[in-house]
Amino acid sequence: MANEEIVFDKSKQQTDSTKQTAKSLRVKESWQYKVFKVFNTILMIIICAATLYPFLYLVAQSFSSEAAIVKGLVTIFPVDFNLVTYKSVLEKGDFQRYYLNTVLYSVFGTFASVFFTALLAYPLSKSHLRLNKFFTPFIIFTMYFGGGMIPNYILMTELGLRNNPVSFILPGLIGTYYVLLMRSFFTSLPHELEEAGEIDGLSKFGVFFRIVIPLSKPIIATMTLFYMAGYWSNWFNAFLYLDDRDKWPVAYYLRQIIIGASTSADPGAVSSDSMQIAANIKSCSMVLMAVPIICVYPFIQKYFVQGMMLGGVKG
Amino acid sequence: MESENLAQSGSNEEAVVTNNPDNSVIATEDPSRYQSKEEKKGKFWAGLLKHLKKEWPLYAFFVLPVIYYVIFRYIPMFGNVIAFRKFQAGGSIFGAEWSGFKYFKMFLNDPAFWSAFKNTLVLNIAYLVVRFPLTLIFALLLNEIKWLPWKKFVQTVSYLPHFISMVIVAGMIRELLSTSGPINSFLQNIGQQAIEFIALPEWFPTIFVVSGIWQGLGWGSILYLAAIAGISPELYEAATVDGANRFQRVLHVTIPCILPTITTLLILDIGGLVGSSGAFEKVFLLYNPMTYETSDIVSTLVYRMGVNSGNYSYATAIGLFEGLINLVLLTLANWISKKTAGNGLW
Repeated sequence: MANEEIVFDKSKQQTDSTKQTAKSLRVKESWQYKVFKVFNTILMIIICAATLYPFLYLVAQSFSSEAAIVKGLVTIFPVDFNLVTYKSVLEKGDFQRYYLNTVLYSVFGTFASVFFTALLAYPLSKSHLRLNKFFTPFIIFTMYFGGGMIPNYILMTELGLRNNPVSFILPGLIGTYYVLLMRSFFTSLPHELEEAGEIDGLSKFGVFFRIVIPLSKPIIATMTLFYMAGYWSNWFNAFLYLDDRDKWPVAYYLRQIIIGASTSADPGAVSSDSMQIAANIKSCSMVLMAVPIICVYPFIQKYFVQGMMLGGVKG
Repeated sequence: MESENLAQSGSNEEAVVTNNPDNSVIATEDPSRYQSKEEKKGKFWAGLLKHLKKEWPLYAFFVLPVIYYVIFRYIPMFGNVIAFRKFQAGGSIFGAEWSGFKYFKMFLNDPAFWSAFKNTLVLNIAYLVVRFPLTLIFALLLNEIKWLPWKKFVQTVSYLPHFISMVIVAGMIRELLSTSGPINSFLQNIGQQAIEFIALPEWFPTIFVVSGIWQGLGWGSILYLAAIAGISPELYEAATVDGANRFQRVLHVTIPCILPTITTLLILDIGGLVGSSGAFEKVFLLYNPMTYETSDIVSTLVYRMGVNSGNYSYATAIGLFEGLINLVLLTLANWISKKTAGNGLW
């Protein structure tokens, strides 16, 4: 009992003293600091509003009527709410096909990318490996100098991978910067656990899969988001290598309608439905494409902030 | 016997891979005046063999990723030789006749190249000059928010655009700036004429920089925030005891502590000034022949020359030129940073 009281008293004293210092600070920080705080809050609200506005406008436009869009009446709320374009887009077989392709590329691509990134980052994180003196610069040099667009394009053509879905994934399979991020994370893991695993008879691969990978959830979540977002948004690889429409991802389809619509108006549109669809098919497709990323991202955010911090200490 | 010896020493590298410990012994058997040197060499190889023998399971992890790097990073890098060769579609990278610096001379005399080169520099420098101080200030202001849920919210919102596809960003820009879009509606409401932003070359740099800030402000601050979080609180306490106010603490504690991060990021940015890989997607999705005079950058020119028109060697020469300037700039920036700030990328 007595002990507890003393402890309690001590903590009370401490909070008292911190309160006092806080008070003395607050006294110093007078009106200038208050003005700053108000200014800072207003500025942050403006930044958030400016960041979110284009998204809100897009969503509003995707639900608005053609007449309202053309007259420029849409702000952040839909005008004459309707679902005509969404229905037509979702019912269209090719859009479903593109969306399925995007999902397939993203899932398989992300899985392969995270696996190979980890596979490379793990031995690089072991400082006692003497040949890392060679491998580390070998990997890092590719960040500063590369083949450029045309040699890559020719290579893919010569490998006979054009029009093969693999060509969508291969060019960006391993991101060197991500390897370095993951290496920093592995370096920070306690060695004792790995040693214990080896004593218990696990091979190096066993240690890697049963001990290192399960301990690396934060960095794996981060890598998954980064690679997933990369594959989800990639249209350029499809543009270069995938000629068949049925292999296109949504991003490339979106690129086609965005570019196409901007260079030529659609003179064939007569009926009210086709006018409506022409007016907001772009915003509908954009919303449909962005939704999964926007939904997943807040849940992984805490991991990637952690992951970036680790990597940022020494890149 | 001699030839066998030769063959063995010739395949020294292979021997290392196959873990043959006898090899080094043979190399040091013959006594000569270079013995000590050879002995050292032999010891080195023997040590390496021992090391490889012990650690091969870890080195095995490298096999697949290194094969990937060789095929998809290093072969294209050496594929740049087609800039010096007369490459034709369907031919092999390494099987065309030499043409020397013909393609380099060609593009150096091409006004389209110099226009693209100028645009690349202008767009990159404008973006860097605006973005670099803004992200730093944003990070410092964000750090001053004391109410955590609000801070989290601002972070979540401001990082979000980084994860949005450039296709969507470009689509948004086109929608917002279209003649019936909200910005033109606003202009018309205040009695101005509608402007077709996307078709006017004088607007392109502004669109490029503003949209870049919109997308990159929050994400650009993340490394600064990480660095700020790593500063020891004792430094702030000491500064407070010395009578520093909040602003002075930021100026004399926070900024000096994150200076290494600032220089590193600045080096990376300066190294990328001539490069256009980061800008390529956005420019490619937003430009059109009407705005080429301010919007066409080196990498979009490379694309049109190479993939579009099939002048592979010509386009590669331009790309190689850009890549080399980039490499030189980065090395230079790194050297300067090492001399002045004491730390660099490598």
